[in-house]
Amino acid sequence: MEVVFALAIGVMAGSGIYLLLRPRTFQVIMGLSLLSYAVNLFIFGMGRLRTGAAPVIDAARGTDPALYADPVPQALVLTAIVIGFAVTALLLVVLLAARGLSGTDHVDSREPERE
Amino acid sequence: MIQHLPILPILLPLLTGALLLFSGEARHGWRALFALCATLAQLAVALALLAGTDGWIATPWRDGVVVYALGNWAAPFGIALVVDRLAALMLTLTAILGLAALVYALARWERAGSHFLPLFQFLLMGLNGAFLTGDLFNLFVFFEVLLAASYGLALHGSGAPRVKAGLHYIVVNLVASLVFLVAAALIYGVTGTLNMAELALIVPRLDADARALFEIGALLLGIVFLVKAGAWPLNFWLPAAYAAAAPPVGAVFAILTKVGVYALLRFSILFGQDVAPAPFKGNWLFYCGLATIAVGTLGVLAAQKLDRLAGFMVVVSSGTLLAAFGFTGTTLTAPALYYLTSSVLGGGAFFMLIEMAERNRAAAADLLAISFEAFGLQERHESEHSDEMAGVAIPAAMAFLGLAFFSCAAVLSGLPPLSGFVAKFALLKAAIAAPPAAPALQAGLLFAALLLSGLAGLIALSRLGIRVFWDSERPTPRLQWLEAGPVAGLLLLCFALAFGTGPAMTYFEAAARALHDPATYIGVVLPGARP
Repeated sequence: MEVVFALAIGVMAGSGIYLLLRPRTFQVIMGLSLLSYAVNLFIFGMGRLRTGAAPVIDAARGTDPALYADPVPQALVLTAIVIGFAVTALLLVVLLAARGLSGTDHVDSREPERE
Repeated sequence: MIQHLPILPILLPLLTGALLLFSGEARHGWRALFALCATLAQLAVALALLAGTDGWIATPWRDGVVVYALGNWAAPFGIALVVDRLAALMLTLTAILGLAALVYALARWERAGSHFLPLFQFLLMGLNGAFLTGDLFNLFVFFEVLLAASYGLALHGSGAPRVKAGLHYIVVNLVASLVFLVAAALIYGVTGTLNMAELALIVPRLDADARALFEIGALLLGIVFLVKAGAWPLNFWLPAAYAAAAPPVGAVFAILTKVGVYALLRFSILFGQDVAPAPFKGNWLFYCGLATIAVGTLGVLAAQKLDRLAGFMVVVSSGTLLAAFGFTGTTLTAPALYYLTSSVLGGGAFFMLIEMAERNRAAAADLLAISFEAFGLQERHESEHSDEMAGVAIPAAMAFLGLAFFSCAAVLSGLPPLSGFVAKFALLKAAIAAPPAAPALQAGLLFAALLLSGLAGLIALSRLGIRVFWDSERPTPRLQWLEAGPVAGLLLLCFALAFGTGPAMTYFEAAARALHDPATYIGVVLPGARP
């Protein structure tokens, strides 16, 4: 499981960074989204990967912390998802505004001159 | 009641912003009055905290550090807000600058787009929260709050240059936020805590493997703070974004870079010099600051417009702070705090001033001014004015603008008699008097950097100032009291800071002493914990 998890994070972060460095605004926003998925998975992984363990204490199972998953990274990931979602939506609006004002989807708001 | 004081700088702007959001745009006067009252209340709270931490008013807080446990959950489990002298100082600066920018914006800029007032309150909330929090993840959350508000404000008024600069600003800061998340997660994964005081306790006990991972997390964290602080080579987005922003927004942005500097300072000291992870100790911060000063200075000299010049001035002041905090030893901290205060006040005034001065001017005038000088050309009209023109009275607005510009130039480039000079003088004096641990090379470099950046600022400001104010063909701008007042107020504060250097320096020295004694901070946040 760890290998698959690590590969997933690596592939997503790699593709995200590649797209982030591309000249079109749509590629940039896709790159940012992929990168934020990778980061969210990473935060989740920092609580150690476990199967079949709930993060909330259950009266029937007892209070031994070893029986439960770490709840803090899961709470952090929720916060990060919400914030990332909101800011990505905001960025989309800015992209559309830039496209409308400049007539191009290049990140510098003008097309590079062709040789 | 007084024990709830530390939460108010976050609650007040949050509630004000939310209420403003739901009140229609129609009732303009009431909204403005409401926002103004709320910001005044924030200033009062910040001043009360300032007085409380320094012991001017009787409080139950000991050692000038106060912890507010949200929901009454004790520190390592709950979220803690921590106020010490430095945090109270930053809160006060935020409130003063926020008040000045708000009053200025009410005159006309507020109506250049929608939702200026709520966004402005949320920006203040994010700033206050970032200064108050004692928790790594909440630092991230408040960074996001202030950035989200600043994205909206940077685009306030719209227009192609703003959207273009804003796009770069948003993308760079989004990537920085993602790096921040990785760093916070990594640090939590290694240490099992996000509380800054508890981190300082746990880090020295880490074994080698965990230590290596922690250092990587700290490295990423350092990169994020340097992006926010506008340190070279992570600051290429900064001048364009600051120059393109609406003037009152630019004025508040003058304190945005200081958040990064504040976070760096807080972390580097909390860990203590001997156990600090590599990114927070050593000389590299000093050299990074020097490089930032150098780039900022070149930018100041090359800037062809006043707003870009102001952006590069922010870079220079950021670099000066980084160099001062990175200097070997701790003697430079108090003068650096003085410099921070002075440059925030002066920089904020400058952003608002240049817009008033630039009003009614032809767009290309500055560009022409530089090329005229570069090619030794004379403007035509200079000889046309004969002697009978000698007695023209200077309109009051021009006299005010000229005086304010001169004062700003003096503060920003460090000329007597204003606070900028006192700040640089104190920095240089402390650099000479630094203990022998600091190599003479460092003191020499700091000397050269500070003096040269001041000289460059002076050259650039006087060059553009001559063109702006001695241009006899331009019409006199019409000023409103609402616009001239905040600039005058900020500059008067610079005067007051210069004349009250004694008491101010005593406070900064107390703040620096408290800062360099992390045991008190840790002891108050985590009572019963033994380092």
